Amino acid sequence: MDAEIEPAADDGTGGCAIEQRLLLEAIYQKYHYDFRGYAPASIRRRLETAMGRMSCGTLSQLQDRILHDGSAFPSLLDTLTVPVSEMFRDPGYFRAVREQIVPLLKTYPSLKVWVAGCSTGEEAYSLAILLHEEGLLERTLIYATDINPRWLEAAQAGVYGLDRIAQFTDNHRRSGAGRSLSEYYTAAYGRAALDRSFKQHIVFSDHSLATDSVFAEVELISCRNVLIYFKHELQSRAIGLFREALCRKGFLGIGAKESLRFSTHEPAFTELSREHRLFQKKEGA
Amino acid sequence: MRPGTLPTPPHAIVIGGSAGALEALGALLPALPSGFPAPVFIVLHLPRDIPSMLAQIFAAKCALPVTEAEDKEPIRPGTIYFAPPDYHLLIEQGPYLALSVDDPVNLSRPSIDVLFESAADVYGRSLLGIILSGASADGAAGLAAVRSAGGFTIVQDPQSAPMPLMTTSALERCQADCVLPLDQIAALLRRIDR
Repeated sequence: MDAEIEPAADDGTGGCAIEQRLLLEAIYQKYHYDFRGYAPASIRRRLETAMGRMSCGTLSQLQDRILHDGSAFPSLLDTLTVPVSEMFRDPGYFRAVREQIVPLLKTYPSLKVWVAGCSTGEEAYSLAILLHEEGLLERTLIYATDINPRWLEAAQAGVYGLDRIAQFTDNHRRSGAGRSLSEYYTAAYGRAALDRSFKQHIVFSDHSLATDSVFAEVELISCRNVLIYFKHELQSRAIGLFREALCRKGFLGIGAKESLRFSTHEPAFTELSREHRLFQKKEGA
Repeated sequence: MRPGTLPTPPHAIVIGGSAGALEALGALLPALPSGFPAPVFIVLHLPRDIPSMLAQIFAAKCALPVTEAEDKEPIRPGTIYFAPPDYHLLIEQGPYLALSVDDPVNLSRPSIDVLFESAADVYGRSLLGIILSGASADGAAGLAAVRSAGGFTIVQDPQSAPMPLMTTSALERCQADCVLPLDQIAALLRRIDR
């Protein structure tokens, strides 16, 4: 390109970029939530939403507020970690898990599964239902982790708005299920409560892919549409945790548009399904 | 400024459209000559759940490489990137591509506003933004962001757009540098590397 072309307007030294870095640093130092490794453009949109909700004209004002008013932070955290999941999102992924992974999981006497970044629980319950349908849930323990305690509470409750159930039902049907989703919940007062039996196999707990370490050895990890919010370095850290947590020849599923390509850990995995982003840890990796 | 010429060659181009924009892209993208210097990012509203064939459709017609955007991919010059269905496409400082599944904006995911606003942050005055035919007001705020960052803005002439709502909404929100029919937008793009 022409060398005389003027540089891009914002090389990271623009006012907003500086304010954003300072705010994320302030959040980390005061509240120990680490968003510094998140992809800045998405964080910026969420911060703009928070500025509107909290009536702050600038990111600096938002920083002032959360540093001096501890009660303001949970609301900002909710906006920064806004739930975006649904049950059986990308049904083809669950179909691939049923067809390609479940037959191998059946050879294990007991199973541990990690749903990393579980938000309000949709993905964890989807996997619990799938494993139940495949006859595996009785010997399975699912760890579902997230950084926002409010979402973990909601996940633990396992109650979703009935307005979302039609989409969940359609997704579930297309995931290769032989049964209807309606067998697994009770509807009342505009809400659907999932059967308690699923909760007995799920442990919801606080864990950060940015700051915490591995807590268990697991056979399967599902972490979808979480890595897209991370910069390269944090993606690599998270994938490193997955590699460490997976048992010998364990399985990893990531989001349909996510990749291991930009991580140093890519060589440790074999691709099982390119379309559905399913991987297996290599022997000895 | 000479009519039909950009003040400076853009470092990047963002294009947004919905209904009627597929045909418009069919007129614009094949006009880009091989060796074209800038990356081109496109958001076209599509039904979710249907794997997009856009990259394959246009790869066959274009001199430039055409691909569906992948998360965290470094941006290559002279490449046409389509936002994947059901994901927002954002440009990050680097520059590289990023995707998100945040809520729809203007009922749309991908949203034109999300792409244009993030690209305006990164490319500023070196960005060219183009709004095409569409039946939604998505893109109006994005084009305004491109303009306020000093970028160059083009809107397809609403008279020539099969669905003019997107173009008229953009023009109500911000005064575009040019309002042109497709053949003149294509001619302008063709001159960029000269």
